[in-house]
Amino acid sequence: MALLEVKDLSVSFATDDGVVRAVREMSFELDRGKTLGIVGESGSGKSVCTQTITGLTRGAEVHGEAWFDGIELIGAPSRVLRTIRGVRIGMIFQDPLSSLHPAYKVGWQITELIHAHDTLISRRRARARAAELLGLVGIPRAADRLDDYPHQFSGGMRQRVMIAMAMALNPDLLIADEPTTALDVTVQAQVLTVMRRLQEEFGTAIVLITHDLGVVAEMADDVVVMYAGKIMEKASRRDIFYRYHNPYTEGLFKSLPGQLPTRARLQSIAGSPPSLINLPTGCPFRPRCPYAFDRCVEDPPLVQVYSGLQHSACWLPRDLQERERARVTRLAEEEPA
Amino acid sequence: MARFLLVRVLNGIVVLWLVSMAVFALFFVAPSNVARTIAGRQATPETIAAINERLGLDQPVWKQYLDFVGNLLHGDLGYDYYYQLSVTQIIREALPITLSLAVGAAIIWMVLGVFNGVISAVFPRTLADRGLTVFALFFFSMPTFLLALVLLYFLYFKLTVNGHAWFPAGGYVPLSDGLWPWVNHLLLPWLALALVSAAAYTRLTRASMLDVLGEDYIRTARAKGLPESRVVVRHGLRSALTPVITQFGIDLGQLIGGVVVTETVFSLPGLGKTSIDAIRQQDLPVIIGIVLFAAAAVVVANIVVDIMYAVLDPRVRIH
Repeated sequence: MALLEVKDLSVSFATDDGVVRAVREMSFELDRGKTLGIVGESGSGKSVCTQTITGLTRGAEVHGEAWFDGIELIGAPSRVLRTIRGVRIGMIFQDPLSSLHPAYKVGWQITELIHAHDTLISRRRARARAAELLGLVGIPRAADRLDDYPHQFSGGMRQRVMIAMAMALNPDLLIADEPTTALDVTVQAQVLTVMRRLQEEFGTAIVLITHDLGVVAEMADDVVVMYAGKIMEKASRRDIFYRYHNPYTEGLFKSLPGQLPTRARLQSIAGSPPSLINLPTGCPFRPRCPYAFDRCVEDPPLVQVYSGLQHSACWLPRDLQERERARVTRLAEEEPA
Repeated sequence: MARFLLVRVLNGIVVLWLVSMAVFALFFVAPSNVARTIAGRQATPETIAAINERLGLDQPVWKQYLDFVGNLLHGDLGYDYYYQLSVTQIIREALPITLSLAVGAAIIWMVLGVFNGVISAVFPRTLADRGLTVFALFFFSMPTFLLALVLLYFLYFKLTVNGHAWFPAGGYVPLSDGLWPWVNHLLLPWLALALVSAAAYTRLTRASMLDVLGEDYIRTARAKGLPESRVVVRHGLRSALTPVITQFGIDLGQLIGGVVVTETVFSLPGLGKTSIDAIRQQDLPVIIGIVLFAAAAVVVANIVVDIMYAVLDPRVRIH
């Protein structure tokens, strides 16, 4: 049985402007010790999905299921969720400076977590554990730095503190919500290394939310590509990189530097993501998709393409060449007009 | 820190000096007839001249000011024109009354305001929030003197007429006469003063708390699996209180210099009522003494607030 199994998760928010459909019919699985990368641009529902699973979204209408090690998380009472958050599911977020409380010393913040779930542990032992954790994530002079405030750390060190805190009680699952986005490139690699080392040491499963395909290439076993609240494609890392099927995934890869000859202009996906209140009918990517054809006014289901895990929500034929032909045909048809 | 204190104290002294000059100037712009008031209607010009001479009012204004400053540097605020009482003594007698009023009311409005504000912010747009907002706006838009009179009408007059003389109409009983008589005499003035401010503090706390509850570190606190009460109080309120405490220090500093309206309505002989009486009698030494004391209270409160700010937020350094 998978450690985390999400089935048909939908999340929407009622706002003054209308209903925001942040996540639609999302399903995925994650096994112990594995890493799942969730990729997508801002507003694609990546963070909403994981925050809903852990009960951190407020005022949302949620449908679907999320099973964590046999426990249903959706609709679970907060009493139950509190015994899971911080203990069995650790979380780290994008901006480590704003994610740590500015008025408390980092040692206090870590021991607070330990004390909250282990009421019997002595102050001294909790503090020793906190120092050990800071050492584990590679913070020099860990014991001395317990009494420093978050603003006295550098960005990368702060994210290490967050990781130390998330890993304090040895969780089964670590949810990392854009953990490296706010960091310098050189520091990003260090933080990822720390995460991977801890994963190998403790067998932690990781959900890694990112918009950085480089991070996915480095870390993920499986990848979920999201767009406008929907899963567009999911596959193993290898399949996503070498034989992606979905035109949105293709757009993501083509917009990476280094895919084209030197000095060529970077390609971007034309247009902008749809409003989550007024979604286009059919495939949400249709207005921006270079391959769109008549059938795309129907919302494509996520179906298996190729072998194994690889699923894609697209009406295009599997064969790439066929797809290209379809595109050329479409262009030819448009030309006279 | 030492440098910060030195600079702020020097600034404060400059402020006090300017205030004292302003009060002097204002006093002499208006025609003065202190001597005539003291001497009575039938007094001869000689008597009036003699009184003026005794009070030093025959001297040029700049001379009077220099004498005043000279005495002040020796810690002497002078004597009142009518009874020759030491101004220092007058302030010393009135201060406990104003302090009792201000501090008691401050505690009430702080507790009420912060509690209501937190409830409003934690349950935004609910019935509780809207109810508290209406409650707050009602008292916030009410002038203190009106609220004081309303309280007197219902809780003193109506109750007493119906045979329940639970509250006195006014007056002050020192704490040394017993805790209950002291509280009993101050309860209505406290309410009059506190309810208006409690409304303002409810709004302030609510806004500040709503801001803080949207912060990333609140999400972190929830992600740690902490009970919601701890998230709200230890993580939320801890940060949300900073602007509230800043405002509190400034407000309390102002009140300590005299609570004019409330003291007058409830005939509490505190600094506020004393200064009003002194102004009516053109009793310059008392006016200037109380004004300087009030200004000093505000200056000190501001320094304390700045220090508190650095204590509350470790990111703030005092220079």
